[in-house]
Amino acid sequence: MTLPASLDEAVAALTAMPAAVPVAGGTDLMAAVNAGQLRPAALVGLGRINEIRGWQYQDGHALLGAGLTHARMGRPDFAALIPALAAAARAAGPPQIRNAGTLGGNIATAAPTGDALPVLAALEAVLVIIGPGGQREIPVSHLLAGREMLRPGELIGFVRVPLLHAPQVFLKATGRTGPGRAVASVGLVLDPARRGVRCAIGAVAPMPLRPLEAEQWVASLIDWDGGRSLAPEALEAFGEYVAAACVPDQGEPVAPGVLHLRRTVAVLARRALGRALSS
Amino acid sequence: MSGQDAATATTVNTTVTAMAAAPGPETAEQQVPRGIGASVEATDTRAKTEGTFPYAADLWAEGLLWAAVLRSPHAHARILSIDTTAAAEMPGVRAVVTHADVPGATTHGRRIADRPVFAHDVVRHHGEPIAAVAADHPDTARLAAAAIAVEYELLDPVTDPEQAFGAPALHPDGNLIRHIPLRYGDPEATGEVVVEGLYRIGRQDPAPIGAEAGLAVPRPDGGVDLYTASTDPHTDRDLAAACFGLEPDRVRVVVTGVPGATADREDAAFQLPLGLLALRTGCPVKLAATREESFLGHTHRHPTLLRYRHHADAEGRLVKVEAQILMDAGAYADASAESLAAAVAFACGPYVVPHAFVEGWVVRTNNPPSGHVRGEGAMQVCAAYEGQMDKIAAALGIDGAELRMRNVLATGDLLPTGQTVTCPAPVAELLRSVRDYELPALPKDAPEDEWLLPGGPEGAGEPGAVRRGVGYGVGMVHMLGAEGTDEVSTATVKVVGGVATVICAAVDTGQGFGTLARQIVQEVLGVDEVTVAPVDTDQPPAGPAAHGRHTWVSGGAVERAAKMVRTQLLQPMAHKLGMSTELLQIQDGRITSYDGAFSMSVAEAMAGKELWATAQCRPHPTEPLDADGQGDAFVGLAFCAIRAVVDVDIELGSVRVVELAVAQDVGRILNPRRLEARIEAGVTQGVGAALTENLRTVAGLVRHPDLTGYALPTALDAPTIRIVKLVEERDVVAPFGAKAASAVPVVTTPAAIASAVRAATGRPVNRLPIRPSAAVASPNS
Repeated sequence: MTLPASLDEAVAALTAMPAAVPVAGGTDLMAAVNAGQLRPAALVGLGRINEIRGWQYQDGHALLGAGLTHARMGRPDFAALIPALAAAARAAGPPQIRNAGTLGGNIATAAPTGDALPVLAALEAVLVIIGPGGQREIPVSHLLAGREMLRPGELIGFVRVPLLHAPQVFLKATGRTGPGRAVASVGLVLDPARRGVRCAIGAVAPMPLRPLEAEQWVASLIDWDGGRSLAPEALEAFGEYVAAACVPDQGEPVAPGVLHLRRTVAVLARRALGRALSS
Repeated sequence: MSGQDAATATTVNTTVTAMAAAPGPETAEQQVPRGIGASVEATDTRAKTEGTFPYAADLWAEGLLWAAVLRSPHAHARILSIDTTAAAEMPGVRAVVTHADVPGATTHGRRIADRPVFAHDVVRHHGEPIAAVAADHPDTARLAAAAIAVEYELLDPVTDPEQAFGAPALHPDGNLIRHIPLRYGDPEATGEVVVEGLYRIGRQDPAPIGAEAGLAVPRPDGGVDLYTASTDPHTDRDLAAACFGLEPDRVRVVVTGVPGATADREDAAFQLPLGLLALRTGCPVKLAATREESFLGHTHRHPTLLRYRHHADAEGRLVKVEAQILMDAGAYADASAESLAAAVAFACGPYVVPHAFVEGWVVRTNNPPSGHVRGEGAMQVCAAYEGQMDKIAAALGIDGAELRMRNVLATGDLLPTGQTVTCPAPVAELLRSVRDYELPALPKDAPEDEWLLPGGPEGAGEPGAVRRGVGYGVGMVHMLGAEGTDEVSTATVKVVGGVATVICAAVDTGQGFGTLARQIVQEVLGVDEVTVAPVDTDQPPAGPAAHGRHTWVSGGAVERAAKMVRTQLLQPMAHKLGMSTELLQIQDGRITSYDGAFSMSVAEAMAGKELWATAQCRPHPTEPLDADGQGDAFVGLAFCAIRAVVDVDIELGSVRVVELAVAQDVGRILNPRRLEARIEAGVTQGVGAALTENLRTVAGLVRHPDLTGYALPTALDAPTIRIVKLVEERDVVAPFGAKAASAVPVVTTPAAIASAVRAATGRPVNRLPIRPSAAVASPNS
């Protein structure tokens, strides 16, 4: 276990020990180690790297450190910047997990149920990857879809997220009132400047799904210069549209589980858009 | 004038101060509760909250080795070969044991010896132990266990209990563990209303907060001491001795820091490998299970399939109940026969039923093993018969509580087993209490309150989609072992120098037996300082901690022993005074005669004396259920009524339990605070069974054996619990007249919640735990 104090040191440590695994909050990694599924030869702890524990502003964007904890993102000052990411962070498990788990870890683990992921997908966040050859940028969806992978010695350093200054919503359905894994989740953001609605559905597939046609359709209905409101029927139709796009049929007859999931996604998408437009 | 005034004022002030000060210490003394009926603080509360309580996982011995158990990754397979060479050759490994190394009996079981110590020819469930390793480091032990090469031939697992009847025998004893056909009354009887239902109950895990752990220490005499958190030390000792090929007195089970138990604790599959490894290596051996091993190793609540047909007359009075109950035991019998007896006997619930025909089966499958979990049998049928009561109420258009009220059981009525209910059965009073209790306000009536919507804080819940439902559950359990079990317990009370000690092998699993024993001795002998000795098997047996036994039999034994000590203490004085000991009383630390002429402090009377007494308590005998399911099988019964109020987001199907109003038949309150805590704990476990707890399997393999996959209720899931009525009608045959309090809320809560979700959604809700898809409804219905 090494504890580098900067990103460059961390990259150097990872390059020197190609078998080493970076660890931040450890909420997923250490559980896998304890369960005997992983036995890393060495660990590079990212907990002492101060440069990735906060955020900075960069021409209309926020550059979020990958080491931001869920607890930190859940606080009001962060919520004022990126409300949906703050809501996802607050929903991400019990306080012990939120205190340790990080934004970068959520992306690197890429669990289907990762709460931050649909929000990042809806925000079209870009990852700033730090590696031995300098830094490069890849869209978050490319990494989650496996279109681009982290190369040896590379780390997620920062996450660039646009500041949209408009309502955003994160909602998730779980099996209980207390913190639980998402059955389905939705991240939805309004982008008045581009007159767009962007929405991603989490937990129903290995990566967050974007219902692009439904987004374009509903954005064309919204009066962006006026009250930005929609008729209940339109919200309902948007929900159905999103659900049909994200939860496909798997042959006839449709399994009851698929029906329930589709209904859940439709309700979440409808409520999310309704809340975004009414706030 | 003014000076005088001032003086008077000063005097008054002084007096007031003095008066306030003087009773101070006395009040403080009175505030330390003692004796029966007082909220005596539990013995281990401080240690547990401060983190100093020594749990079994904290045990340590010089030079100890660490054990690991190799478990089957398959649900059903033939073992072709086991090769331990690679594991045994690993540096640091001290011993590897398999089936071939068991010196004594190769099968064991707390009730029926049908479970192999290590699987040898066949594995019958996922997680069955195959071999164990002792090494000088826990990681080495685990790696070595993983290095044992086992060649399997996969067999088709039998995972559907309905298929077990026709499937090839999974065990030499056959697949049918027990069949009870209960026949009571006229099979031709019919009612004007007939309702049918099919109910499925999931697999609840006891999920103890502390996983299994233990330490085995070899003894110079060739025996072994097992330090574990056993809840039934003498049975565990006997089966361990049989497997080790030792006389029982060469094995000692020392009970250490039980981290809570709502079921049989310390799976023998831990203790036996531990003991074998200690005997083999001559070194102390420790094993601390991971959460995953704990889920795989210990027994669960029986998953049950229930098919019901109820007949009622036009007024809603029950005429006949027909039921088929099929319980899934997993691969081994364990407590299944007893669980089935409870399920069949209580299949109609605490209602008067003139005719009942119930068939119950418990069968072997390759699913995870089932066994004793509190309220077993009774909980599964409660969910089903209460579902039937809701159906009758709906068919007749009668309110659910009213329909139940028309059928309630009372003392003197007959159970369908032909047994007369002789104990207090205040079912009507319980039901009335919860029905008449004020309903919690609706959000629209109390807008200033903060409302937690289904789905949790900041969740997806939307007030417009939330429907409120109110439902009822009435449940019953039996107390003590049933069907002729010899429920005896022995206790010793000694008093030396004014300090009393209780020696009794009743394990305090968190139910508070240690506290109760202190209260009893304080009450009978008037001493303040009472200690309870740690439990080991050198003490006489007290039996398992289950079915509220220890309050009854062990509490009864402690009381008798304490009374014998009291007689020894008072006899000389009574003799001197020329009166019988009954005319002397002990109160507030003083011994006084009936006429007040004689008075002496207890401390003074006890000075220089050493008093010992040992006594037994054995309740009146019971008999097994006969070929028609008839017989006086139960010592006593306890009842509970719960009204559940739930909010359901009918679009997402998320359920939040808003409030549970509980009325319980407790016989007598021995310790109000502890009683409340026990009821709240039981209700919360019932909330888990109702909404989230189900250990899922796919083809017999346990999915997600961890606390993320197995969702226990959190503080946010636990509802407001209002204990609206505790009915104190003393059970005359029970010592102190008290009834077991922990199990019956577990039994009743899921039924009440299901009833409330039915009311909110109009859906049938016939499966526990209630899945969101079963609680989705259209807003118009």
